[in-house]
Amino acid sequence: MTDIPYDKPRVVRFRLPLGFLSDLLHGAMHLVDLVVVPVQRRLGTQRMAYFFVLPNLLIFAVFILLPMLLNFYYAFTGGSALYPQDRPFVGTDNFEALFNCQNVFSPNPTTCQEDIFWRAVLNTGTFVVFQVGGMVLFALVTALALNRKIRWRGFFRSVFFYPVLLSPVVVALIWKWILQRDGLLNALLIAFGSDRIQFLLDPNWARFWVIFVSIWAQMGFYTLILLAGLQSIPAELYESAQIDGASSWNRFRYVTLPLLMPTLLVVVVLSLIRAVQVFDQAFALTGGGPGTATTYVVQYIYNTGFTSTSRQAGLAAAASVVLAGVLMLLTVTQLRLGRRAEVEET
Amino acid sequence: MKQHRLLILLVVLLTVLTVTLVAAQDAVELRITWYNDGNEGEVLRELLDRFEADNPGITVVLDDIGYADPNVYHSTIQAQVEAGDPPDLARVNNVALFIGDYLDLRPLVKDATYYETSFSEAVLNSLRAGENDTGIYGFPLQFTITAPFINRTLFEQAGIEVPSDTRDDVTWDEWAEAAKQVADATGTPFAIAYEPRGHRFWGFVISEGGSWFDEEGNFKVDSPGFRTAAEKLIGWNQNGLSDATIWANLPDGPSLARDQFTNGQVVFLYSGSFAVGGLANAIGDTFDWSAVPNPSGPGGSTGSPGGSLLVAFAGTKHPEEVARLMDFLTQEEVLAEFSQRSSFLPGHLGLAEKGLDYEANADVLKVLSAEIPKIHEQAYRLQYSEYAFTYNRPIDNRLSQVIVGDLTLDDAIIAIQQDVDEAIKNAQAG
Repeated sequence: MTDIPYDKPRVVRFRLPLGFLSDLLHGAMHLVDLVVVPVQRRLGTQRMAYFFVLPNLLIFAVFILLPMLLNFYYAFTGGSALYPQDRPFVGTDNFEALFNCQNVFSPNPTTCQEDIFWRAVLNTGTFVVFQVGGMVLFALVTALALNRKIRWRGFFRSVFFYPVLLSPVVVALIWKWILQRDGLLNALLIAFGSDRIQFLLDPNWARFWVIFVSIWAQMGFYTLILLAGLQSIPAELYESAQIDGASSWNRFRYVTLPLLMPTLLVVVVLSLIRAVQVFDQAFALTGGGPGTATTYVVQYIYNTGFTSTSRQAGLAAAASVVLAGVLMLLTVTQLRLGRRAEVEET
Repeated sequence: MKQHRLLILLVVLLTVLTVTLVAAQDAVELRITWYNDGNEGEVLRELLDRFEADNPGITVVLDDIGYADPNVYHSTIQAQVEAGDPPDLARVNNVALFIGDYLDLRPLVKDATYYETSFSEAVLNSLRAGENDTGIYGFPLQFTITAPFINRTLFEQAGIEVPSDTRDDVTWDEWAEAAKQVADATGTPFAIAYEPRGHRFWGFVISEGGSWFDEEGNFKVDSPGFRTAAEKLIGWNQNGLSDATIWANLPDGPSLARDQFTNGQVVFLYSGSFAVGGLANAIGDTFDWSAVPNPSGPGGSTGSPGGSLLVAFAGTKHPEEVARLMDFLTQEEVLAEFSQRSSFLPGHLGLAEKGLDYEANADVLKVLSAEIPKIHEQAYRLQYSEYAFTYNRPIDNRLSQVIVGDLTLDDAIIAIQQDVDEAIKNAQAG
């Protein structure tokens, strides 16, 4: 056996320093052991779970639980000071101010102490009804279409999901450029000989576009959930129904809809919770206007607590507590419906 | 040999590190919370560079946190102040918010009398806690006044004379009519853009004969002058003379109004001296524009005063360095350069009297300077009241609702009064 002479390769190849990384990892694990082993000896294996969730619990306590408790306390205080100890206790004054309204369906300064709050409540109610209704309907229709064996199915699934990936503010700015007085849509209308429409100036148009843009931006997410629900329906059921001579509508009515109902309930409740919290996208699109036509409850809270002249944090906190109550009610409903669906399935 | 070299390198590195650490301990960093209307931040930065060169060991950082909403801007500073970690200095205009938290510069500055003689007593008083407080807490960086601007090129194209070129007492109605004629003749979309802020509306009401205070000195919105001014503003928006979008979308309204003017889409803009730098940059040589005197009425002709102040906070860890910086910035020649290059009306009384040789926009600033002596006493009272900001936002919020049809003017007047009373009550609660 003779050595075969060869030229050294000129290309220097980059090699991952796996050995070094492994040593580093090993060293790091030793460091972790230094802390974890004595703790485990002291607590025992069973209680180590608490040790591992402790960091997350701390973050939750500091950034979520504590602000929630503070907010609750603020709701019973007045003044414009920031620190709780500097704020005078006012009992239920803030809640009384919010609910001091003779006609909540036609709020104005002569009949309601906080007329903007009630306008915001009405706007939010209208938004929730139309946005959730429209969202579920369009998401269902889209999911049904994308569940069929159509050409470019993967492409269409991506297209409908893409807006979900965009930041709400980016979505709002894009649509603002389209809808403003000299925007794309008006340019098209004028090009086709129509009159310009002030989409963001007319209250009804503004409300419509806030709902439309919100549906456009979020629909992909709910479509995906419904699509997963549709694909979990066994194909045999459709085959049996077809053999029994069921029409397309009957197959949808008696096979798809009942079996999709648990998923639909989840979609409805999730979108309801999200709709009640509407703020960022609508605020960036219309600023709450024209007037107060698209001012929703969260914007009322933001304006009252942060941008109003006297920063009425107590009033804002009280409105937050009311909103939290509504959200809690919706969450409990979702949990109950979810449990009922589980019982029915079993 | 190799070990020897390594040892030398290590010693050098340790020495450099030690020197750096010692130097870092001696260095003082002052932070100024800031916002920009135009190019004033750049100008100030150059002045600060000079200060730093003359004062080795002091560095000054300008923290530009934007001014999209005045309340949000001031809330950011307020949170820092109440947390006990304020900036060393800040540019503010809602000065009442921080009374009691300012650093008294009187014992720290070289010559406190210079401050008292160089700056308006009303402005210095606006930072003080009461009649017995004689502290010096800051100084006015600029003086502002609200006023109209017109697109002269459009007037020329329409062949219509600018009313204020031949006489001073042009009424609001005459301006509206002239702007409408120009817009019609030139195919300009809008005649008037009025920035949607209550502060811009104070002068309009006074010029229409309105009064903002009752006999006991309390804020009172309802007056014939308020109704006249409001009806005119609402009418312009409803009759298409103005783009109602400006008042319908309050957060973006002022920038939208200025954008329309700089894009040649409106003939007459009601804004103020604070906008000059931004307008000049955006317009460039596109068309000729100028400031014109505030329109007049039965109550005379007045704009609303304003301005921003540079204040020092008591929570600073470097009061002496802060005072040294204040002494530098308040020098007449420094303020003159700052105002000239930023197109600002000076808050320094001596400079205001002498007049400045502005590098740019000299004609515009000359007209605006001439508006200052005409400012009505009530406009000063509103601006330098501790509730100045309270008198501002409820007006534009509620007028906006009237313009889009949410409220009647009667309801809006009730609402503004309620909002202001409630806000004052809340502020007095602590």
